[in-house]
Amino acid sequence: MILHTLLDYDTLRVIWWLLLGVLLIGFAVMDGFDLGVGMLLPFAGKTDLERRIVINTIGPVWEGNQVWLILGGGAIFAAWPPLYAVSFSGFYLAMFAILAALILRPVGFKYRSKRESATWRRNWDRALFIGGFVPALIFGVAVGNVLQGVPFRLGSDLRIFYDGTFFGLLNPFALLCGLLSVAMLTMHGANWLVLKSSGEVAGRARRFGTIATLATITLYALGGIALWLFVDGYRITSAISTTGPSNPLAKTVDVSAGAWFANYAAHPWMIAAPVLGFLGAVLVLWGLRARREVATLLFSKLSIFGIIASVGLSMFPFILPSTAQPGASLTVWDASSSHMTLFIMLVVTVIFLPLIVAYTAWAYKLLWGKVDEDDITGGGHAY
Amino acid sequence: MEFDIVTLSRLQFALTALYHFLFVPLTLGLSVLLAAMETVYVMTGRPIWRQMTKFWGTLFGINFVLGVATGIVMEFQFGMNWSYYSHYVGDIFGAPLAIEGLMAFFLEATFVGLFFFGWDKMSKVGHLFATYCVAIGSNFSALWILIANGWMQHPVGAQFNPDTMRMEVIDFFEVLFNPVAQARFVHTVSAGYLTASVFVLGVSAWYLLKGCHIAIAKRSMTIAASFGLLASISAVILGDEGGYLATEHQKMKLAAIEGMWETEPAPASFTLIGIPDMEARTTHYAVHIPWVMGLIGTRSLTTVIPGISELEAHAETRIRSGLLAYDALQEYRAAPTREAVPPEAIEIFERHGDDLGYALLLMKYVDDPRRASEEQIRAAAWDTVPHVPTLFWSFRIMVAIGFFNVALMGFFVVLAARRKLGISRWPLKIAVASLALPWIAAELGWITAEFGRQPWAIEGVLPTVAAVSDMTVTSLLITIAGFTLLYTVLIVIEMRLMLAAIRKGPQPDHDPEMPLAPKALAPRNPVAAE
Repeated sequence: MILHTLLDYDTLRVIWWLLLGVLLIGFAVMDGFDLGVGMLLPFAGKTDLERRIVINTIGPVWEGNQVWLILGGGAIFAAWPPLYAVSFSGFYLAMFAILAALILRPVGFKYRSKRESATWRRNWDRALFIGGFVPALIFGVAVGNVLQGVPFRLGSDLRIFYDGTFFGLLNPFALLCGLLSVAMLTMHGANWLVLKSSGEVAGRARRFGTIATLATITLYALGGIALWLFVDGYRITSAISTTGPSNPLAKTVDVSAGAWFANYAAHPWMIAAPVLGFLGAVLVLWGLRARREVATLLFSKLSIFGIIASVGLSMFPFILPSTAQPGASLTVWDASSSHMTLFIMLVVTVIFLPLIVAYTAWAYKLLWGKVDEDDITGGGHAY
Repeated sequence: MEFDIVTLSRLQFALTALYHFLFVPLTLGLSVLLAAMETVYVMTGRPIWRQMTKFWGTLFGINFVLGVATGIVMEFQFGMNWSYYSHYVGDIFGAPLAIEGLMAFFLEATFVGLFFFGWDKMSKVGHLFATYCVAIGSNFSALWILIANGWMQHPVGAQFNPDTMRMEVIDFFEVLFNPVAQARFVHTVSAGYLTASVFVLGVSAWYLLKGCHIAIAKRSMTIAASFGLLASISAVILGDEGGYLATEHQKMKLAAIEGMWETEPAPASFTLIGIPDMEARTTHYAVHIPWVMGLIGTRSLTTVIPGISELEAHAETRIRSGLLAYDALQEYRAAPTREAVPPEAIEIFERHGDDLGYALLLMKYVDDPRRASEEQIRAAAWDTVPHVPTLFWSFRIMVAIGFFNVALMGFFVVLAARRKLGISRWPLKIAVASLALPWIAAELGWITAEFGRQPWAIEGVLPTVAAVSDMTVTSLLITIAGFTLLYTVLIVIEMRLMLAAIRKGPQPDHDPEMPLAPKALAPRNPVAAE
């Protein structure tokens, strides 16, 4: 197999850094509205019928959307093994909380309406709310911690040691990021509900959507300011080979204030990302008011894209900085899989990702239209 | 049992994997049966087949969500609990997991939504296509996860890279066409098909016993028995024995399954039953059948199957060789540049590098394997012997259930062919009583394969003791308690909903193409019927 040398190792690493972004954004955009709808469930739907409408707007699609998360896990494992190993073991209890909440979700969708009991359904509504809120919050908290650096060390055999605790993750900046994530996904979920429902449910979704969008704009701005004022960035201070073997211990790194903004100074075009983050959200406000339902959903996707992209661009080439041993920070140049694995995985992705997008689009087209009472009471298979 | 990180991590992995595997076999098999039933509906146009597809589809859905929910945990817990493993083999092991997502999970999950919600939104053929995609998706996911697992059992196509301190892929096709993976895939999906067949057969038999839903029950039984007969034969004959001679530790597993302590002259005898004793290193009261083991294990009369003692002695040699590799590796890593590495170190590593994993077995006793005493080296060699009685019994019970299922399915195929389903009650009672058997066999199969893989996480490459994350016992106890609580509550709910749906039975169903108008009552043209 000489084929993999068709693409240089450093090119492949950058491509896989971009694909990491695609996967995270794909997850936030696709499964994000499911999480948002879960958070809005108790508020947008008051009666049992309304809640069933809310659930059934995502009923046929949440399963496919959730695969973005699973693929994210698998792809990080395949393309960035040290990132997978350090982040998931380091954030151990936080990951457990996410998993426990995510387990409740599929079960909640499927089982809630299988029994008539009001208590049964109320409990599942709570479970579905938790299934949306907890992952949304913790994913944001995790990103907040990644921006600040994580207390991990690497032994000479690259064994991972983690010095932090679960409560250490819950620092003010990280919580701010967590709230931003909650607001952003609630905004997105509300826009989906507005598109897929009508009447009272859509009206409430519109109101909550407006509030969540305002919160997104405020929290994103606050996050940017806090990042500038309180969070030190990281810089590589030694020479680093962009095509060398993935050994995170071969460089030196220095913590310096404002380093997370250096990329924007060096490459002004990158400012497009945060601008898109704000602009998308402002357009959502307009779209909700002007009742442009399809466009509004597109705008919230743009906003999410901008917000997540701005985090990635600020940190490049870092993907997981270490506070305990800055030199061991994981970067695009020393935390990837081998040249051959990156190439093979790229080939597989290039073949299958367009196929996935195509049949997902076909499925959404087939399910196009608002969910109403008849959909719930008519067919036997609605949730 | 000591409550250390390794033991608790293994316990948690076993709990979550065994639990996940309660739902997977039924998903695998029932998706294929649904596709078969709906194919009959599309070809004959007879609404009863649509009603059947919907009914079994409801049960499929209740089972499927828990498979999905518990599968999320599987995808993440390698990184959570096995961080050194994830670093050490992620370059190879991660790829099939990611491909599984791209090729299988998206297909399965996108179309399962259409399967449930698309009945009135798609044409007959369109819906059938969705059902096929669900079946293909779930079976593909089995393929990729078993390619990943096959690599744990028989790590081909990869090499250790001292610069990155991990295994890296050198031949991806070898990973794909790993004989152990292929054998395990066939065996696992066959077991899944069998599970679904027993499930459909048992539930239908219960309806016949109660005298309700007779038309649907009989048709379901016929299709389940024929499918189940093929699946059970395949599961028994194509057991994953085929891969057992591929590697050293597979040989060890085979010897442990047989309770074969000493190498016997070929062809070895098969121990039908006995009481293996780890202390005395012998199998008491063994009943042997001459020749059979040699024939099953090697498909030849002359190939010798090594016994446990011989393999243990061989492991000790490899540990000593691995220590040389380990020492050379430390020299390599300590050198400031690659040019500064002493050439002898490189030469020693090239000669002994394949045994590096064996030196890591000593990490159970000492942090630096080079400090291990003679006694510890011998103990580590003995550690390569899996727990013989567990393997011995798990395997035998699994195989006994397998043979029983062949008989059960064969019997029902005969009944169905002679149109005698439901004439006498005792076969129906046996079918209902057999409902739990395939699950027991599947769990025992997992135990044989994965518990039997110990002490290795990756055979010959990375011992389980070296694979774990650095974490606290408290964190692990919290998550074990959390998963146990959550999973217990969920399985109670699942069983209750499943039983309620079975009790409720197939629901009357309106065919969209012949809704209410009288012309719908006219005989339909069964053009495509066989």
